[in-house]
Amino acid sequence: MSVLLETRRLLKQFGEFRAVDHVDFRVQEGEVLALIGSNGAGKTTLVNLISGLLRADAGQILFRGQDVTQQTVHQRIAAGIARSFQLVNLFDQLSALDNVALSIFSRQGKTRKLLALAETDRPVWQEAMDILHLFRMESKARTLAGGLSQGERKLLDVAIAYALKPRLLFLDEPTSGVSTREKAPIMDTISAVVRSEHISAAIIEHDMDVVFSYSDRIVAMHQGAILADGTPDQIRRDEKVLTTLIGTPETTP
Amino acid sequence: MSTVTTTIPLEHRSPLRTLGWALPALVVLVALPWITEQYQTILLAYGLVMGIAALGFNLLLGYTGLLSFGHSAYFGVGAYTVALMVKYLGVSSMELFLAGAIVACVLVTAIFGVACVRYTKIFFGILTMALSQVLWSLAFKFFWVTGGTDGLRVPTPTLLGVVTGKGDKIAFLATSYYYYVLGVFVLCVALMWVIVNSPFGRALQAIRDNEVRAEFVGIQIRQYRWVAFLVSGVFTGLAGALWVPLNGLTTPDIMHWTFSGEIVFMTVLGGFRSFTGPIVGAIVFNYLKTYAIGYTVYWQGLLGLVLVVLVLSLPTGIVGTADRLWARWRAK
Repeated sequence: MSVLLETRRLLKQFGEFRAVDHVDFRVQEGEVLALIGSNGAGKTTLVNLISGLLRADAGQILFRGQDVTQQTVHQRIAAGIARSFQLVNLFDQLSALDNVALSIFSRQGKTRKLLALAETDRPVWQEAMDILHLFRMESKARTLAGGLSQGERKLLDVAIAYALKPRLLFLDEPTSGVSTREKAPIMDTISAVVRSEHISAAIIEHDMDVVFSYSDRIVAMHQGAILADGTPDQIRRDEKVLTTLIGTPETTP
Repeated sequence: MSTVTTTIPLEHRSPLRTLGWALPALVVLVALPWITEQYQTILLAYGLVMGIAALGFNLLLGYTGLLSFGHSAYFGVGAYTVALMVKYLGVSSMELFLAGAIVACVLVTAIFGVACVRYTKIFFGILTMALSQVLWSLAFKFFWVTGGTDGLRVPTPTLLGVVTGKGDKIAFLATSYYYYVLGVFVLCVALMWVIVNSPFGRALQAIRDNEVRAEFVGIQIRQYRWVAFLVSGVFTGLAGALWVPLNGLTTPDIMHWTFSGEIVFMTVLGGFRSFTGPIVGAIVFNYLKTYAIGYTVYWQGLLGLVLVVLVLSLPTGIVGTADRLWARWRAK
């Protein structure tokens, strides 16, 4: 496997606070990776830096060997980096189908067209419908995004990012705010799509069951730095991770 | 894509359904000069012109989520371009007037837009208003060019190179010019309808709903806002150019921010959440204002009162309320 994304000594400060403190982080081609860590560990900030929502104060971001540190969000998306959001970010007054179709129009550069009717572009709507089918949401195609359940909103959020045909997909807590019962189906769906299309995915997640069952590799962050990096089995036995993040009965005095 | 199992029932999404109500409306507008008196036709011509202005304005408010308080500027640029073409170039062709107004508005909105689209919400509103007031003061102070408060006179133009208003000006305005305005109005409505239903129009609505996410599906929001700003301003400017021959005179009043307020008002009155809202609002507002002026010298007070009642009772505007009543009636 080759390296898809690499950060070199990436730094982001908010005042004196180092949210991301000289982080070297890697994503391999085709892997599903979990980013874990307590609140404030710097996971979301790291994703914000890589996706372009925030600008790094120092360090480099290399994507497929190219330096994207100074690139705009638009350029990074064109290069193949997409993301979903922790607090669901949808176009609430558009239908689920319209939400996905917009991604496709954008990906194909068609949103620059003023003098063409969006409705008559059948291939785009067909693809949007196929994507909703992949995410098991075709029955909700006509529902306004604002009227979907939390679980559906989470899936749609991922579907919108997926429709950009990324090589690397960041998922910021794809199961937060949904019931425990709903978590497994959501992760099954996402995992099936990502693995069948060989998309590299980095998932920020708090639920350890989800983390251990769906990822190939786990990166644990603590206070802006990477604490541990390994397979689920390695992380499960890692002393530092156990004491700082998971907190087992044996380690508490 | 692995599986293809679902198809889209396209007939549900057909844009052609809209023609169902557009055609009857057009028939009424075409037939009107034969039915009503000249005064009513001219009044409607004013309404249609303001409809174009509000339609342009609503591309920003209703579709992009930006409240401009400076659209009087573009209306004024359109109107003054025509007046200055008459004064300095001796032009009388209406087509040249419209072309000139479009060029002038593209230039002005392109420059103003660069500054304005960096901001949203109240900051955007204030900036557009401030810039429009700059143009107003230019029209007001440079009296040797613009005629100051006396304004500039504009004679009846030549339409399509053949039809002139020599002789009976009122008859000209109520027939030939009315149809000319109607023609441009239909073109503008059709063009705007395509724009808001284009992939670009979808992108604008996405920016309106959720700016951050729009950026993260790859839409360069400032560029798109700038294009929307430009198109919006040009539509309103075109309305200004059509308005001058009707009025026969352009004064700095139409550049003043209070006129921007009127454009905002007619759009909200009709309903900014629907495509036809601004058009209906503009025509209704035009009638209200005209009759209020005819009824009392305190017409602003009367108009204000009527508008407050209308907005309080119809918060989604005339078209929004009509849509709801229609849906309720159909559900029975």
